[in-house]
Parts: sequence; C-alpha cells; structure tokens
Amino acid sequence: MDEDAGSMQRIFNSGAGAIVTKSIGLESRNGYPNPTVVELEHGILNAMGLPNSGIDSFKEELFELKKLNVPVIGSIFGKNEKEFVKLAEKIQKFGADAVELNLSCPHVKGYGLEIGSDPKLVKDITLKVKNEIEIPVFIKLSPNTTNIIDIAKSAEAGNADAIVAINTVKAMKIDLELKMPVLSNKIGGYSGKAIKPIGIRCVYEISKNIDIPVIGVGGITTGLDAIEYFLAGASAVQIGSGIYYRGIEIFKIICDEIEKWMIEQGYNDLSEVIGAAHL
Amino acid sequence: MNYPKITKITNTTKETSNVKTIVFEYLDKIIPGQFFMIWIPGIDEIPMSVSYIEKKVKGITFKKVGDATKALFELKKGDKIGVRGPYGNGFKIQGKKILLVAGGTGIAMIAPVAEEIFNKKISTSIILGAKNKDELFFESRLKKSDIETYVSTDDGSKGFKGLATDLAKEIIQKNKFDSVLTCGPELMMKKLFEICIGISFQASLERYMKCGIGICGQCCVGEGLRVCKEGPVFDEKMLKNIKDFGLFKRDAAGKKIRF
Repeated sequence: MDEDAGSMQRIFNSGAGAIVTKSIGLESRNGYPNPTVVELEHGILNAMGLPNSGIDSFKEELFELKKLNVPVIGSIFGKNEKEFVKLAEKIQKFGADAVELNLSCPHVKGYGLEIGSDPKLVKDITLKVKNEIEIPVFIKLSPNTTNIIDIAKSAEAGNADAIVAINTVKAMKIDLELKMPVLSNKIGGYSGKAIKPIGIRCVYEISKNIDIPVIGVGGITTGLDAIEYFLAGASAVQIGSGIYYRGIEIFKIICDEIEKWMIEQGYNDLSEVIGAAHL
Repeated sequence: MNYPKITKITNTTKETSNVKTIVFEYLDKIIPGQFFMIWIPGIDEIPMSVSYIEKKVKGITFKKVGDATKALFELKKGDKIGVRGPYGNGFKIQGKKILLVAGGTGIAMIAPVAEEIFNKKISTSIILGAKNKDELFFESRLKKSDIETYVSTDDGSKGFKGLATDLAKEIIQKNKFDSVLTCGPELMMKKLFEICIGISFQASLERYMKCGIGICGQCCVGEGLRVCKEGPVFDEKMLKNIKDFGLFKRDAAGKKIRF
C-alpha cells in the first residue's frame, strides 16, 4: 500500500503520521514473478524483488501527495554511492520530506543487504547523501548481520539523522506437497508477529550505542507492541504487515491503544516512555 | 491461512481454440464474482475468477495470453496446482430484473453469476460479447439454464453485429432493468456505465495482482481501493470516484498504462 499516491493518501487518512514509499530505484523494475507473498503461521514471507516504476515516473505520485499535504519519507535503493546520491537528490526535488536509504533488502542481489552489512560502505554512502541534500536522511538496517551495532555507528558517523530498524528477516518456506520453495525467488524476507522480538533486541542494542533517534519496525500489530519498541528506545514506529492482521484501520487503533496504556500507566508524554527499558 | 492449497486437476475442457476450463477439488464456499490465486508451480501465480461453482469442485476458465496462462493451458488431469482464496467481494445480487453484460473472457466470471441469479428465480438476461463466433464460449451452458441469452460479435459472425455495449443500449431502452452487472474489457464497462445512468450498476475490475491479500498495493485503484480486497466488484457510487476507471491500469512495476 505504498506504490501509488491514492493508496498512500488512504493510509495517511487512516491515521498514519507519515508514509514511507515503496523503495524506488533509478530504473523501473517489475520485481519477481509470483508467488511473491505467502502467509505463514506466525508471519508473512515476501520476496517482491523491489518492484517500482523508477524515480522519474514515481515523481508523479510524489507531486500528488505533496498537493494533498501528506508527509512522505521516500525510500530509495541503489547499487552504489552514486546511485544513492542521484536518487536522494531527485526524491528531495520531487517533494519528499525525508529520505530512507534501503540498505537492507534481503533478497535482491547487488542491492540492500550486500551494501548494508559493510560498515565502511554505509558510512560513505550516508556521508555523500548527507552532503548533497537538505532533508533528513534515515538509514534502514537489516537484522541479517552479525554487526548491527557497528553498522548503526557507521550510519551515525556518516551524519545520518535516524536509524530505521529492522528490515525483514531472511527466510524460506518449502511446500511439503510440491517439495519446493513457495516463493519464486526461493528466499524472502519474513515480517509480522514472529520477528518482533528480533526487532526489539536490535532497537534496544542500537539505541543504547548511538545518540541519533531510532525508528522501530518489525512485527507491530498492537499499541502494546509499539510501546515495547518505545521502551526499547524507538522514537517512532513503522507498520507494514500489521495492515494485513488488523486492516487499514490499524493506525488509528494503535494510536488509541498507545494512549490508553499511557493513561493507565500514568504517563503524560511519550518521551518519558522512550528508552525507559534502558535504565 | 493464506497459503496455497495444493490440489489435483480433476478435469479440463477446451472451450475454444485458446480458452480452456480447469476443474479441481476445492471445498470453500464461493460468492460468484470472487477469484482465486492460482499457482502454477515453477511459473507464476495469477488471479483467476471462478467460472464453475459446485459443492466439492470449482473451476476456472481462461484464455492463453501470457506465460502463466500458456503453462496453465498445457496442464492435464492429475497435474497439481496451488489454490488460494476465494478472494474479493463478488457481486451483490439485488433487484427483480437483472441484465448481465460479459465481454471476452469476462464471460467466465459472469456465467456463474447468471446461474445464481437464475436459481434465485430473478428475471435474468445476459449479453455475451465476443470478437467473433470462434471466440464465444458458454453460450450453450447458459441456454441450458433457460437464461435469456443474447450474443454480439464484432464481425457479425454470430448474433448482433457490433459491440456488446451497442446491443446493451438497445435492450436497456426496451426493458426496465433494476440492475446491470458487468465483466469484460474496461473500456466496454466504462461505456456501459455511461449508458446505465439511473440503474444500479456493478463492474468487476481487473488489475495486475501480486499478494491478493491486501498488503502489497499493486492492484490499488482510486484512493487506495484494493481490487483484491474492496473489489474486484465496484458499484456505481464507488466507480464514480475511481479516477482510473476506463483510463489506466498499472504494470508490474507500477507504471501507468492507458487503456
């Protein structure tokens, strides 16, 4: 629900504070053949293959969102520094309010994770992008590394404005009847309820080790899940798969659930909750 | 859970030289107008409207158009496919006199709708539109159920010569329908929509689909209406607000393609 202006407008009207776009590249990509998404017992497995219409075609959607005053975080993916800079400049020009560098797609060769698991590359790309644009730069990280703290530190050293954690967890589903992987790409990224503890751990570790804000994402379906991320140190949260579990109304519902919990617990301001578990 | 159920094809029927029906065991209840995601292992998974609805078996009827349908066309009795669904809303059957307008492979989806309406003892008329008589299918199936069936072909090789919408216009002027339901090429449906002012109207839209369960956003029209979830059938009130209707669809990359 982040590919066209109409969908993003609908999500915004459903109570989201801002919308992260589908990851956009320089050229259009069809993504992988289906099956690209399959529901499993405790989560959702996907390998879309970074489908997108390409930045120059996507600008139309961004212009429309701008007219509607919908705050947009433009997610971009590139092969190298040069591509990231070019995309960041364009997405800023087309009206994005912030840019998120997808350094963590787990299932497309040459993109995402392969860049995002190298601390030096992460720092270099972040620095270059920061030098060229004015809008805030967020770095989206993968849990599929052994050094997520180092990577987050590199992003901070590259002057990133915030860290987004986590992207999906690399995973696979094999069908017993057909004895083959279900996804056409075989390997995909796991999201939904099952990955929340992984996300919580990452956000906790990252936010303990750096000073810039962390945006928590991974398996949030209730207000209490969001609170858990806040306690772990997240300053904001993102929701994707939750739309599947609770419908598009999830954004309003979660806001209400957060508020209810805060009243019950005697909190006046969300800032009191953020990182409270660190103490 | 939205995971493909692996089922064996129990029967296949060639409807025309390039249209085929595949029947398989599947127990779930179906509202006519709903669709399945059909997985052809190793090839693709595609949305397919349900063309046969029986208690224990269901069927799909499709035309060879791309890689997936070509592969599906070659499958035989006993071959395995994956099936998820049914998905989407299906048609709402209302009124005492209903006209159905089907164009091309839209006939596949409309046929079980016609049968359901007929079984409810509601006066049913149906227009089957095709390019020529060789591309027409399900005519005898519908005539068997005694549904008032009209045929139009673009080249006049059978029935009314011209577009299904021209024939529809004539029939609508002579009768008083409470409701018009349609499935077919979008420009046909758009034209029909313009003819049906003041009549309750439902059209089944087709868009490129990926997840089929309302998360990926690939099939959205208008203000984030998911064809797989809020659709595929939209009524006149919704259609009025879907700017894309009859104008453009999107390819796998999300790029707009004009009709």
